[in-house]
Amino acid sequence: MTGMAVIGALLVQLVQMVLVLAAAPLFTGLVRKAKARLQRRRGPSLVQPYRDLRRLMGKDVVLADNASWLFRVAPYVIFAATWVAASLVPTFAAGLLFSSTGDLIAIAALLGTARFAQALAALDIGTAFGGIGSSREMMIASLAEPAMIMIVFSVALIVGSTQLSTIAEQMIVLPVGLRVSLALALVALVIVAIAENARIPVDNPATHLELTMVHEAMVLEYSGRHLAMIELATWLKLVVYVSVIVCIFFPFGLVHDGAGPFAYAGGVVAWAAKLAGIGVLLAIFETAIAKMRVFRVPNFLGASLMLGLLGVLLLFVSRGM
Amino acid sequence: MHGMEFDVAHMLAGLLVLVSFMMLYQDRLYALLNVLALHAGILALSVAWQAFIQDAPHLYITAAIALGIKAILIPWALRRMVFRMGLHREIETVVGIGLTMLVGMALVALSVEVMLPVTAHADPVTREDLALALSVVLIGMLMMVTRRNAVSQVVGFLSMENGIILAAAGAHGMPLVVEISIAFSILVALIVIGVFLFRIRERFDTVDIGALEPFGGGRE
Repeated sequence: MTGMAVIGALLVQLVQMVLVLAAAPLFTGLVRKAKARLQRRRGPSLVQPYRDLRRLMGKDVVLADNASWLFRVAPYVIFAATWVAASLVPTFAAGLLFSSTGDLIAIAALLGTARFAQALAALDIGTAFGGIGSSREMMIASLAEPAMIMIVFSVALIVGSTQLSTIAEQMIVLPVGLRVSLALALVALVIVAIAENARIPVDNPATHLELTMVHEAMVLEYSGRHLAMIELATWLKLVVYVSVIVCIFFPFGLVHDGAGPFAYAGGVVAWAAKLAGIGVLLAIFETAIAKMRVFRVPNFLGASLMLGLLGVLLLFVSRGM
Repeated sequence: MHGMEFDVAHMLAGLLVLVSFMMLYQDRLYALLNVLALHAGILALSVAWQAFIQDAPHLYITAAIALGIKAILIPWALRRMVFRMGLHREIETVVGIGLTMLVGMALVALSVEVMLPVTAHADPVTREDLALALSVVLIGMLMMVTRRNAVSQVVGFLSMENGIILAAAGAHGMPLVVEISIAFSILVALIVIGVFLFRIRERFDTVDIGALEPFGGGRE
């Protein structure tokens, strides 16, 4: 690779990182707005999450007396891990510079690290809510992570790689045909994404006053810039998951390495359109469905694990031919 | 051979296994009966596809029987039974859905592991149908073993029978006489089961098999 090409690739990578970060609050704003409209409310403006961030950044941090260094470091660890994961996902262009350093399993591991830091920080203060939140989060994670790995396996068995860029490119060119395993993997991944992002049937992202909450219970003690970091990481994580789904199952319009600037602009537009579509779908889904009791969540996630496993098994059947 | 024929057969048989798992997941009797109807409907589609790719018109009759009797008539009759026994709002207390599903996965893995080496020289579509049919049969058995409600056990039995039909349709040329006699014996079985269910309930005021255990005999 010549010097110019490296600089170009680095530039695209940086644009991707900044773009994902900038789009994350807007995406959450869009989902909130769509939900509000579906409930016949006017809802906050699309840019309200940005305003929230600015407000939180300007506020003082209130720390509990017994908070250790862990509590103060955790928000940055969470944010950094999520952002690095976001930089590995091909959103508008495949073959990013950093994507050779980590595959889908690395992304899952990075997000797992973020969750680990969050659960530890929630336990650190020693309030009852933090304890409930982190124990529930771990219960969800212990089922969602194997399911995620199963999905990775079934996609990798079809495509022959766990690298997201390769998967996306192969999905376009490969004569995939009718694969029931892919459909199973899609459903399983959607369930995992819903659980991991604390969306409605599993957790309610808009409540602070319910005994069934999971994510909000963990961040209850945070304030000021710490809370801003955590909120931004949460929004980023949602965009990461949506981008992973889009990149594996709907990779149309993805720009390849070394295309012209207009092609890149087209890729960005395609990505934005896909995000907007999924955002509206998510809002419709969340409006239509009721929150699940916490003790039903293992069954829901178990179904996802089962779908992933079944997909892998079916692939083995058709490959054994 | 990875043509369209294989892909569609693969998809339908895979869907059948998936619906078997939906049965394991379901704990409401009414919804369970709907899933049973779906199961038979997918079986009918699958058999019809086999008829199409094997160019075997008599399999269309098998598909029609599956659709008419198993997807419509039997679920309807069971629904009426459940309604008359006043069980239609009942939620079954199933122990460990997650565990049951894991056991189900192990059964699918087992049947793949057993079937593929055994049928090494057969046609790919047949091999796959056999492997998945065996898993449908085993999951049906699992359903009968794990459920306590007699109606769910009947549903498990019927789904097991669907798996047998799937295997037979894949195995090139099941005589029509066999299929028709199976279909009618299923109907007769349903009537017997129906009478039996009402008798059980009359005597024990429940269709929970657990209530029968003290009368098992042989155990102290």
